[in-house]
Amino acid sequence: MNPASTPPTLPESSPGFRIHALTGAATGSSRALSAPLAAEINAALAASPNGEIAVRSIDVDIPLLEKNDILAERNRGYFLGRGLAALNLVSSPGAGKTTLLERTLDEFGRSTRCAVLVGDLETDNDGRRLSRPHAPVAQITTGTVCHLDAGMIARAAQSINLDGVRVLFIENVGNLVCPASFDLGEQVRVVLLSTTEGEDKPLKYPPIFKSAHLVLLTKVDVADVLGFKREVAVENIRRIAPQAKIIQLSARTGEGMPEWYAFLQALTGPL
Amino acid sequence: MESALDAIRHQAVKHGATRVSRIVLRIGALAGVDPDALRFAYEALAPTSIAAGAELEIESVPARARCAACGTEFGVDRGFIFRCPRCGEYSGDIRAGRELGIARLEFPSP
Repeated sequence: MNPASTPPTLPESSPGFRIHALTGAATGSSRALSAPLAAEINAALAASPNGEIAVRSIDVDIPLLEKNDILAERNRGYFLGRGLAALNLVSSPGAGKTTLLERTLDEFGRSTRCAVLVGDLETDNDGRRLSRPHAPVAQITTGTVCHLDAGMIARAAQSINLDGVRVLFIENVGNLVCPASFDLGEQVRVVLLSTTEGEDKPLKYPPIFKSAHLVLLTKVDVADVLGFKREVAVENIRRIAPQAKIIQLSARTGEGMPEWYAFLQALTGPL
Repeated sequence: MESALDAIRHQAVKHGATRVSRIVLRIGALAGVDPDALRFAYEALAPTSIAAGAELEIESVPARARCAACGTEFGVDRGFIFRCPRCGEYSGDIRAGRELGIARLEFPSP
């Protein structure tokens, strides 16, 4: 449009900042151009007689995997390669994760080799509670961190002997919020809801339930005493997470435990 | 955001560009990313990166789910209860909304 020798002129009312030579060079946009960018525009102006700078628009479509997701995928491959099923157990503090695992190691763990990685902010109390001669356990203390991440799992998994282990339980830090965002590379995400909590917990903390493969309704032996309505809780879980299997159990009385063991057995495949 | 800027730098090098003029991110409603927080991080990190001076556009993707009972695919406006508008069943089959990535980049031609 302009003769090669004439510098391009700019319309009076140009739109906001764009990487177009005309607007970029002279709009007086509120955004100052950095020196290298101005130099680049000037160079392009000189090279392009009609004052147009082509903007190359490229559809890149790159998924942004944060560091944790990359490490989680690595863990998943590692676990898969070793032929072990990894379960990430998540719940509020005190929902019964450790008690469930104690009984599971004593019963299911007798015939199928299991290991546990257990996370807490402080103390190795849970690690000691879960310690069994037949099941390797590693305690992860997170300090101030409110969840386990894939890097912690990778390191802790290296610290125990996984030979022959078919089921790896990862007992997450008691927290219904943050662990939802951190994939650990598990095969199955298990969310526990105890009868000492409200039936509406799934509605109040939906992301963690949304991502669950299995929901365990725990401490069902005291449901009646507490006036906890199991059917309401089950319906709430079903509304948020219809994909999840639900097992009602009590690690104290043993009710529902065979169903939990059958679930674990199915994960390990034919022996 | 840092990993996004790394990826952008990588793409710029690949396309022989030294500057980026526009960045379009695609973020699903269920990605767990708050667009305001993302913008804040961008404004803090971009000026000292390859994205200095670039415009950031955020393209949101609404959640979509598929009903396992009747096969209807439907959009979800808000929340985490995905209920089929046709048959009333709840769905856990998320078809869209988890996106988190760089959709498009614009480079000024050298």
